[in-house]
Amino acid sequence: MKPIRLTVNGKPVSAVVEPRQHLGDFLREHLLLTATHLGCEQGVCGACTVLVDGVPVRSCIVYAVACDGADVRTLEGLEEDEVVTQLRAAMSRHHGLQCGFCTPGMMMTARDIVTRLPDADEKRVREELSGNLCRCTGYVGIVDAIRDVQEQRKSRRGAP
Amino acid sequence: MKAAAFDYERPPTLERAIELLRAANGDAKVLAGGQSLGPMLNLRLATPRLVVDVTRIPELRRTADERDAVVIGACVTHADIEDGRVPDATRGVMPGVARAIAYRAVRNRGTVGGSLAHADPSADWPTALAALGAEAMIAGPAGRRHVPVAEFLSGAFESTLAADEILEAVRVPKLSARARWGFHKVCRKPGKFAEAMSAVLWDPDRGVRRAVIGATDSRPITIGDARGSVDRSRGGGADALSEHAVAAMLDGAGLGGDSYSRRIHLVSFRRALAQIQST
Repeated sequence: MKPIRLTVNGKPVSAVVEPRQHLGDFLREHLLLTATHLGCEQGVCGACTVLVDGVPVRSCIVYAVACDGADVRTLEGLEEDEVVTQLRAAMSRHHGLQCGFCTPGMMMTARDIVTRLPDADEKRVREELSGNLCRCTGYVGIVDAIRDVQEQRKSRRGAP
Repeated sequence: MKAAAFDYERPPTLERAIELLRAANGDAKVLAGGQSLGPMLNLRLATPRLVVDVTRIPELRRTADERDAVVIGACVTHADIEDGRVPDATRGVMPGVARAIAYRAVRNRGTVGGSLAHADPSADWPTALAALGAEAMIAGPAGRRHVPVAEFLSGAFESTLAADEILEAVRVPKLSARARWGFHKVCRKPGKFAEAMSAVLWDPDRGVRRAVIGATDSRPITIGDARGSVDRSRGGGADALSEHAVAAMLDGAGLGGDSYSRRIHLVSFRRALAQIQST
């Protein structure tokens, strides 16, 4: 067992963890932060994507013990986030989800696309989404939602 | 899927990391990002007694811009290279390779040294860095040694690294202004493991015409003097790209595999070669 101290959703957290426990399990089991979903637990499906030190990572193949000192943010911690607020409305408007299992990870990647690649075209958006598996929507609604938020932000940037 | 129990150490220095590996007597794994080791631990394909996390060792994150090369610390991430946060010796070649590795969430964590040390033949860096003529800089109990990346992999998931050695950095020679690069990989879906991969470097000012065939069943195949084929393809000679000429070269270099694998390697190689043609 190893002691760790980290920040989760802006709050300091101290815990003693087994090295084999991955960050996704730590968030769900120690902290009861269940917005993060665990799908494949081998880094393929992207459902468990969270932000570590501001960038998306797969929480199932990062061990909690290795996050000592890190700043972790889950979907719960992005409720007031401007981009996530826009994405939430757009996902609903464009039917970007059905069962919702992939959605938390999809929101993390979508937020990354909108902030890092504001001018990405549809092809690039689809490429960037290839690490998040969705088996309901066929991606059309998700891509439309991301493009919608890109456009909203672009027209606002362009406004005087 | 949960990993079997393991101990975890995060040494502050390279010396301490090497000591830990030495003491573990082969029953340890180095974690340099964990984007391959994590899945292997979770699937219990790897069950080491000890995991040595080297990601916070400052010298492994260092980069140095030298006169004729750039040295990139083993724990520099693919995303660091993709985004140009480290000096680039390759005029955009390495950022381009980095961008097509797995997915962004993996690139944020996965490292160039980790990928190379993992020695997966279908990974991008073993093939790309071999073609670029890079060297692997290795630290161990007996000191430091350098190995050309082209000779670093000894087989699938096997390298020249001893159990108590750590890949410290890669040294990438600077390309000259006229250099041309061709790179092509065949993946069933963006970000998936490659089924075929080819890299071609034409850099006449440094006398380099090198081709590498990756994603084979074993180590990448380096064709150190691909002069005939590369020069003819530069000159726009359609014959250099002919299926027959490329097949003869790949067979001559010892490419094995079944007919499907041979076929997609052939396609991949011709597409990489086409990228260096004069336009």
